[in-house]
Amino acid sequence: MSTVPSRARTVIIGSGIVGNSVAYHLARLGWRELVQIDKGPLPNPGGSTGHASNFIYPVDHSREFADITKDSVRQYQELGVFTQSGGYEVARSAERMQELTRRITSAICWDVPAELHTPDQVQEKVPFLDPSVIVGGFWSPTVGVVDSLRAGTLMRERAVELGALTTVANVEVTGIDVERGRVVRVRTDKGDIECETIVIACGVWSPKIARMAGAHIPLTPAVHQMISVGPVPELAAIPGEISFPIVRDMDTFCYERQHGSDMEVGSYAHRPILMRAEEIPSIEQSALSPTELPFTSDDFDPQLEQALELMPAILGNPDVGIRYAINGLLSLTPDGFPVLGESPEVAGLWSAAAVWIKEGPGVGRMIAEWMVEGESEIDGAHSDIARFYPHQTTRHHIVSRTSEAFNKTYGIVHPSEQWASNRDVRLAPMHASEKELGAVFFETAGWERPFWYASNEGLLGEYRDRQDQLMPRSAEWDSRWWSPIINAEHLAMRERAGVFDLSAFNIFDLIGPGALDAVQRVCVQNMDVGVGKVVYTPVLSPRGYFKSDLTVMRLGEKHFRVVTGGAHGNPDRKWFTDNAGPGVGVVDLTSSWTTIGLWGPKARDILGRLTDDDISHKGFGFSSCREVEAAGLRVLASRISYVGELGWELYVPMEAGARLWNAVREAGAGDGLVPCGIGVYGTTGRLEKGYRAYGAELDGERTVVEAGMQRPKVKEVDFIGREAYLRQREEPPASLLCTLTVDDHTSSTGEKRYMLGGEPILTPDGEPLVDGHGHRSYVTSAGSGPSVGKHLLLSYLPPAVAVEGTKLSVQYLGERYPVTVAVAGSTPLFDPENTRIRA
Amino acid sequence: MSTSATTVLVLVEAEPEEMSTLSLEALTFARALAEPAGATVHALVVGDLPANGAGELSSHGAQVVHQVSDPRLAAYSAAAWASCVVDAIGAQSPAVVLAPASPRGNEVIAHVAARLDLRMAANVTEVISAQVQDASTGDAALVVRRQVMGGAVLEELDLVGSPALFTMAGHAVEHTTVESPAPAQVIATAPISLSAADLVAAVRRTVPVASSGTDLTRARVVVGGGRGVGGADQFDELIALAGRLGGALGVSRVVTSLGWRPHHEQVGQTGSRITPDVYLACGISGAIQHWAGCSSAKTIIAVNTDPEAPMVTKANYAVVGDLHQVVPAISSELDARHH
Amino acid sequence: MANVLVCIKRVPGSSGQVLLTGDSMSIDARHVGHTLSPHEECAIEAAVQIAGDTGGAATVLTLGPEGALEQLREALAVGVSSAVHLVTADGGSGDSGDAHGPADVAAAIADVARRREAAGEGFDLILLGNDAADTGDFQVGVRLAYLLARPVVTGARTVAVDGSGPAAVATVIGDGPAGTEEFQLPLPAVVTVKEGEITPRYPSIPGRLKAKKAPVEVIEAPAPVQGTARRALVLPPEHPSTVQILGTDKDTGAAAAAVVDVLHTIGVVTR
Repeated sequence: MSTVPSRARTVIIGSGIVGNSVAYHLARLGWRELVQIDKGPLPNPGGSTGHASNFIYPVDHSREFADITKDSVRQYQELGVFTQSGGYEVARSAERMQELTRRITSAICWDVPAELHTPDQVQEKVPFLDPSVIVGGFWSPTVGVVDSLRAGTLMRERAVELGALTTVANVEVTGIDVERGRVVRVRTDKGDIECETIVIACGVWSPKIARMAGAHIPLTPAVHQMISVGPVPELAAIPGEISFPIVRDMDTFCYERQHGSDMEVGSYAHRPILMRAEEIPSIEQSALSPTELPFTSDDFDPQLEQALELMPAILGNPDVGIRYAINGLLSLTPDGFPVLGESPEVAGLWSAAAVWIKEGPGVGRMIAEWMVEGESEIDGAHSDIARFYPHQTTRHHIVSRTSEAFNKTYGIVHPSEQWASNRDVRLAPMHASEKELGAVFFETAGWERPFWYASNEGLLGEYRDRQDQLMPRSAEWDSRWWSPIINAEHLAMRERAGVFDLSAFNIFDLIGPGALDAVQRVCVQNMDVGVGKVVYTPVLSPRGYFKSDLTVMRLGEKHFRVVTGGAHGNPDRKWFTDNAGPGVGVVDLTSSWTTIGLWGPKARDILGRLTDDDISHKGFGFSSCREVEAAGLRVLASRISYVGELGWELYVPMEAGARLWNAVREAGAGDGLVPCGIGVYGTTGRLEKGYRAYGAELDGERTVVEAGMQRPKVKEVDFIGREAYLRQREEPPASLLCTLTVDDHTSSTGEKRYMLGGEPILTPDGEPLVDGHGHRSYVTSAGSGPSVGKHLLLSYLPPAVAVEGTKLSVQYLGERYPVTVAVAGSTPLFDPENTRIRA
Repeated sequence: MSTSATTVLVLVEAEPEEMSTLSLEALTFARALAEPAGATVHALVVGDLPANGAGELSSHGAQVVHQVSDPRLAAYSAAAWASCVVDAIGAQSPAVVLAPASPRGNEVIAHVAARLDLRMAANVTEVISAQVQDASTGDAALVVRRQVMGGAVLEELDLVGSPALFTMAGHAVEHTTVESPAPAQVIATAPISLSAADLVAAVRRTVPVASSGTDLTRARVVVGGGRGVGGADQFDELIALAGRLGGALGVSRVVTSLGWRPHHEQVGQTGSRITPDVYLACGISGAIQHWAGCSSAKTIIAVNTDPEAPMVTKANYAVVGDLHQVVPAISSELDARHH
Repeated sequence: MANVLVCIKRVPGSSGQVLLTGDSMSIDARHVGHTLSPHEECAIEAAVQIAGDTGGAATVLTLGPEGALEQLREALAVGVSSAVHLVTADGGSGDSGDAHGPADVAAAIADVARRREAAGEGFDLILLGNDAADTGDFQVGVRLAYLLARPVVTGARTVAVDGSGPAAVATVIGDGPAGTEEFQLPLPAVVTVKEGEITPRYPSIPGRLKAKKAPVEVIEAPAPVQGTARRALVLPPEHPSTVQILGTDKDTGAAAAAVVDVLHTIGVVTR
């Protein structure tokens, strides 16, 4: 009956909260010729928005989530569809209570009001809750409920008023045409739409739609059970949708949310029930809607018992009946973050998927800014669709990880928590040796990386008189996913030498006549250097915020090699590729090369035993790279360091990695060379040197100046973000990254406690510090500095307090500890003159 | 039918003034079944015939009418009726016995099936194959097609046994008269096997329904309301329009489940089956359950915000829009044209 | 004190488009799930009320696959106190005891009733739904009554039991062609219930938890003798939509005029 326009600038597929929000924000930012389609009717096309419980808890440990949620609430309020109810997260156990104190620290960091309440205080606000069941509650006064369908309608209407949007309901996508790697057309049962870009905002159906274009959106539809019971006289007595705070019963993974005279009970406690997008019934086939599947009561019965325990007064009433019960579908991703941004597989194909009600409008704005302006105000790096490696888009991986994560929806997740499922996907060539050495493996992007080696336990005895440097942790939470062996390995490296498996590096080459132009355009530092030079450089967004930091080797006149972190390497490669310009090829070599790091005072002696080439300081200076013959291999050696010691990164073909690893270990045996884990490489060695890490200190909301990484001169050649960077250099910085030392670790119980990162930095009196962005100061990285004998914290501080010697405090699990600003800026705390690197 | 001696026996129901429509449909169907085989169509009526009952039965193809009379049959009892049917089966040896799939038709035929230990098929729409041999027993069987799931699905089954017992789904055929009917031979009989036990479950009392409006099942116009109406207090416009058209209000199951309207207004598989000239379905999505009750309307006009709702796509006509705007506008238009 | 047996059936949900299994022998309920017939929900409610009013007990029975336990629990959650499950072999796809025809089901129920009777725990009243939502056979209740030599009324809107012992009677109200009909049946009797006047209750949370622990007697269902004689299920042909859109609420006046034109053409508006 209805037809679709034959042309559009952008086709938005989906009319849930996300599609509507993307449409509105694209229109607001000036885009026109937007066509939005949905296979269902309006205003509720039958996706997950239609059955959402529609409540919003603003606190999250993730800054990205917290900021997006805050932005969403602001938009919902502005649309007039937000009702503040307040909300509790209640604890039934001491372990949960500790987690709630940790949530308080996150609330302080992200500037969200919150406080801890006693059971009686909880009962004051929720009179039908049995206080004897709980040990306390986390009170979040700004929790509220929204009308997400109404919000969507209003956003569509605004886009229509701007003359920007045509929405056609009941249109089913039948195909997406891709030509020369770019989307050109959406095919539907009501006609084809020629277009430049497509936004997939189809929630649980997104993987199916993406496949039509040959791309992957790694999410799975999963069941979240919900029942609605009523009529509850206590609730019916007060008019309005919600008069009592929402309660999240954290230890039972359930929530209770008033909805008029009914109480909705939702659960994340049941077994993971996953589907495929292809298995979701059509609107016609569905009993209620495609995302409201028949309730499987057996799965929910245990939760009924727990809900009854918590609220016996109303849920135990025999006249209060279960009036509605569904297996609702929502989207889960392998790492719990949304899937946002342009697909690295198909140009012009954007994903806005795996987004919950609390993030919908914020994500809409983020995607629209990203599309229109090239970057968004809130950094969405953790949600970038480009983050996924191929194995992470497989069904096996998605099912493994979402099944493991489902019951952690309300779980207590340690900041270093490791996945148990689908491990051993990417193994370094020296993996077998590492296993023999008792490596404790942590995973990065599928790589199994040794974090420390049990075989180094003997070092603890060797250093037993230096407990102030080993800094053992007695509290279980602090020592979970940690070992003092890391600190012992660190000391051995600083005193002798350490060998590191760095196979997880993401490596790609830019080759061709346009290669120099390409790296000059993308990188802040001058890349027109001699062949054989290695340059560490920031990479900036157009507005001058960090896109990445990485090293570039010039291997030839027209040949550059980029080495970057495994976790963020794919978005980096996409950024280089998107901005490469003509005459250059970008070649992924991650799986071709392995990297072995060799650092420490004895590094030259050890490498010298394997090569006849000149590796003296004069013959092989810092920041240079070249091929050497070592251990019967041709090795690309690069003299740089992320741990502040003399040494090299040694690159060999993956298949030769084991040989080189063994050769280095043998050559170093006499010098006391130790294998060192990523605990040293990524934390202790790095923090002592004040080296910044992308994703912790460096992200899309911080500048080179704030990070203290500006050099005296800015290269003349234009590069992305140059104009902004020049301006930033002239202005006083909004904040400055500092290294702080913890002055006293002793808690009120007399136990020494060690911060793990993510804690607020406060004045000595406990007042938050606010920087020039309006952000509060928090710990971006935390860890031991064994050689300096201090626990180190990195944090962006307001310039006024970013002064060495300033006394501040850090709040950790409900208590404050004194800290001192040890370094303002990037001067290393250890070996400030960098003499060791240049030895 | 294999032999010309066979008969098809139709249990018909009399309403006070005329034979029930479903009975005439059943007769029409029986005729189509009997004619090719040269079989005779017999009608069986328990109790009184309306004044023109015999004429109606004749004109719809009954060649013989058996009228069973007895004071004990004054109050309806399914078991008593069944005894009369069993008597007739004994006397006529019909090849086929059918009845309309009305509540009584289904009930009585079920009793007959239980008494004779025969199979029964309810809601038959079609006889696919007049006679086959049952593979295992060698017994004769009709292959019939019948409605299940409220007509959303058809079941094909072997109706083994003699006589073949079934009830005819309402409106599976349109009732037609024969071209030049011969008056049926009316044979008045008395029950043979009727026993006291058959009268235990007899109607003790009948209270005519105090109908506030036109009877839903007989109305020429039905105005329907579904979930889209929005609430118990939102039906005024629909009721006004139904009144304006001299019709009745019908509602979907969700409306009665939510307690917005009484159950006797429900149209659907578990409610009434309506056969109006026009059904104006407002805010009804058209789930199977509802469609089962309204699909026999001659003309369907849907009013719905969702142009893809089954009610809309299956309708003859539709207005895409909010019923609370459209329905008052129709009333106004009617007023404007007729004043 | 009336002991009531209510017989129910696990049937596919009927609120979505019907899908058939690959062999066309049963309905594929994968998207719509399984449920009880509305008539049976009312029968359960009637059973619970009669048991409550007379101080008796209500028992629920089903003949069906293992999954039918879900439907027994639904009944147990709203006040039925015990259950009998005649378990059928799950044919894999035919998830509603498809192999048993109405005569087989009636015989199986009759066996249980006789056995209980012999044990001195007979049922004074057996309630069923008027007809099953999926097969619509309209027979099980009547056949059961004949097997047990009890009086039967079908299509009850309400059922109540008065008196006790030999004097106990069930008063049944139903709809007849000429109005509301009243029946009085001496007990024991069989009544099939039709949706309408009885409002089934929703299960409460305590009810649901109680149901989880309620006793369920599990018996292997006797093998079908008559069977269903089903050859196949077929879906009625889909007719392509021929709907003519008369207008939208963007121009309500024009739409209303078009509707009235149609009413005139049909002849339901003549003035």
